[in-house]
Amino acid sequence: MLKVEETQPVEFSSALVEKFDEIVSRYPAGKQKSALLPILHLVQAELGWTSPLAMDKVAEYLNIEPIEVYEVASFYSMYFLQPKGKYVLEVCRTGPCCLVGAEKIMDHIEHKLGVKEGEVTADGLFSWRGVECLAACGYAPVLQIGPDYTFYENLTEQSVDTLIDNLKNKQDLRQ
Amino acid sequence: MGRKLLLEHINVPGINTLEVYRQKGGYRAVEKALKTLTPDEVVEEVKKSGLRGRGGAGFPTGMKWSFLAKPEGVARYLVCNADESEPGTFKDRYLMTHIPHALIEGMIVASFALGAKTSYIYVRGEMMPQIRILEKAIAEAKAAGWLGKNILGTGYDLELYVQPGGGAYICGEETALLESLEGKRGNPRIKPPFPAIAGLYGCPTVVNNVESIAAVVPIINDGGDEYAKVGIGRSTGTKLISASGNLVKPGVYEIELGLPVEEFIYSDEYCGGIANGKRLKATVAGGSSVPILPANLTLKYANGEPRLMSYESLSEGGFATGTMLGSGGFIAFDEDQCIVRNTWNFARFYHHESCGQCSPCREGTGWLEKVLHRLEYGHGKMSDIDLLVDVSKKIEGNTICPLGDAAAWPVASAIRHFRDEFEWHVKEPVKSLS
Ligand SMILES: NC(=O)C1=CN([C@@H]2O[C@H](COP(=O)(O)OP(=O)(O)OC[C@H]3O[C@@H](n4cnc5c(N)ncnc54)[C@H](O)[C@@H]3O)[C@@H](O)[C@H]2O)C=CC1
Ligand SMILES: Cc1cc2nc3c(=O)[nH]c(=O)nc-3n(C[C@H](O)[C@H](O)[C@H](O)COP(=O)(O)O)c2cc1C
Ligand code: SF4
Ligand code: FES
Repeated sequence: MLKVEETQPVEFSSALVEKFDEIVSRYPAGKQKSALLPILHLVQAELGWTSPLAMDKVAEYLNIEPIEVYEVASFYSMYFLQPKGKYVLEVCRTGPCCLVGAEKIMDHIEHKLGVKEGEVTADGLFSWRGVECLAACGYAPVLQIGPDYTFYENLTEQSVDTLIDNLKNKQDLRQ
Repeated sequence: MGRKLLLEHINVPGINTLEVYRQKGGYRAVEKALKTLTPDEVVEEVKKSGLRGRGGAGFPTGMKWSFLAKPEGVARYLVCNADESEPGTFKDRYLMTHIPHALIEGMIVASFALGAKTSYIYVRGEMMPQIRILEKAIAEAKAAGWLGKNILGTGYDLELYVQPGGGAYICGEETALLESLEGKRGNPRIKPPFPAIAGLYGCPTVVNNVESIAAVVPIINDGGDEYAKVGIGRSTGTKLISASGNLVKPGVYEIELGLPVEEFIYSDEYCGGIANGKRLKATVAGGSSVPILPANLTLKYANGEPRLMSYESLSEGGFATGTMLGSGGFIAFDEDQCIVRNTWNFARFYHHESCGQCSPCREGTGWLEKVLHRLEYGHGKMSDIDLLVDVSKKIEGNTICPLGDAAAWPVASAIRHFRDEFEWHVKEPVKSLS
């Protein structure tokens, strides 16, 4: 595991660094920067977000400038630059899903969790946000939950309620 | 029943495992190619097949392979484009989930044909489950000697890796994908040079869609000439169509190119008609980037002849009365759907996904979104409708990559075919909101 306190430097465990090393070995010598996106995913899976200190540490590991990490993390939508709830419900909000009720599902989630898009519930468990087409339009409406990106398809208000209740009762889902 | 070349065994239990995939004839194409054909002969079969890129542009795959530069002592790469993010498109995810070895087998044959020793499958980051599935299948294939050093004792070496993206539609554009694979922001490069000349790490590279690569397997098994007999005219073979929206049976279907659109929508073998007994209002036949068509022009040309699911037939009539096959993302709208709302939704999507390099795209998509939003929410003016047409014209053709065009076309076509609906939103702002 790895821990971030705002002011304390991040340490990557040796198990994590071993994973980094394996990823770097997939590219030609000198092209280790190719490992940046996969490594950021691993960091986020551990920490719940890509914190500035963790990004600095990734830069150090890959022997690139910190700005090269920040510009990548801020370009792609999957990296969280702020801490989020333990479970981030990402609901597809793009056209085909809206044809079969995605907007209603988002309203329902907002109401059920009692927080606006991007905010965290008081117990720290949940956030939600709209995301773009998840390539599952035939099974709409859909949502995904990281860090494993499990998909939940053909959503109804009831199935969303069940999902949220199950997550509340089963907080060790992420271990 | 149409011929199935990719999904024939999709419902066989365990087809995601190497063992069952082998029982169903899997990896025969690798054996045939590596043991009995030269790389150039493989390229020749693909050329004969007439296969056209299934990522959306429809560029002939064999021709692209033959354009690959082969300078001495420089590595060449094959990169599979599994970034699938075009709204309405979900066929690659389906194929990778259920029959991952079809992609891996195709990757081995294609890498051999191109002389690539290292190949990558770039999968959109959200598809973590599919990434795990592919990694497992690669490990199985490697353990069985289909990958790695000296494959089947032929002296050919190949390593295959899966690369996750970070969440960005633009990384499906092949040069943005290569930037991303190099660990950078996904900013498209100016073409030419095409990746075939200067791609990954500046080396000659072929980028192909998941479905294009998987299609290489039946092409090698049966021969390019046999493949070319399926389909119609220059639209050879089968195509995976992702069907979504207000259909009785949305999902992924493998069709023979040339199937009548009407049969695809209404027959029980395919989508089974429009859901809830409603009528069809419009379709977006090839993913969100292609022009929207009203129901009558979806089913028939302007002259009344039936329209078919093929590259040529869908584009019959140009942008005035036709559309494009694109990535095969077939979205059906029932009579209750609001075209203005959907057009706004797509414009918001493109604005969100613009990489921001070119000002016509970065600013123009923002304008489209804003103006469509105010029309949809009852604050629009009549002149806004022409303003939208004007903005889309200023984007089209003036950008580095086709995302700009992809943002402009849906707006221009929605106004072309459904102008009365836009006007209604201005005349009846309150009613349009309810
Ligand atoms: N599947 C999906 O999720 C999406 C698909 N698309 C599709 O992408 C299409 C646009 O793709 P582009 O790659 O920009 O089209 P393009 O026409 O520039 O290229 C198509 C392919 O042919 C190759 N090519 C073309 N001319 C060549 C030459 N002279 N030498 C060597 N290679 C050559 C390119 O490298 C590329 O691989 C659109 O038509 C759209 O339908 C768009 C968004 C998403
Ligand atoms: C904005 C944009 C997004 C694209 N997304 C994808 C994609 O997700 N998958 C894909 O295969 N091709 C996508 N393409 C097309 C690729 O640039 C390229 O043409 C394709 O990968 C080539 O493979 P093919 O010849 O096998 O179709 C996209 C193009 C653009 C302009
Ligand atoms: S057209 Fe848009 S997405 Fe494409 S390079 Fe320009 S700004 Fe980026
Ligand atoms: S539009 Fe929601 S998954 Fe494609």
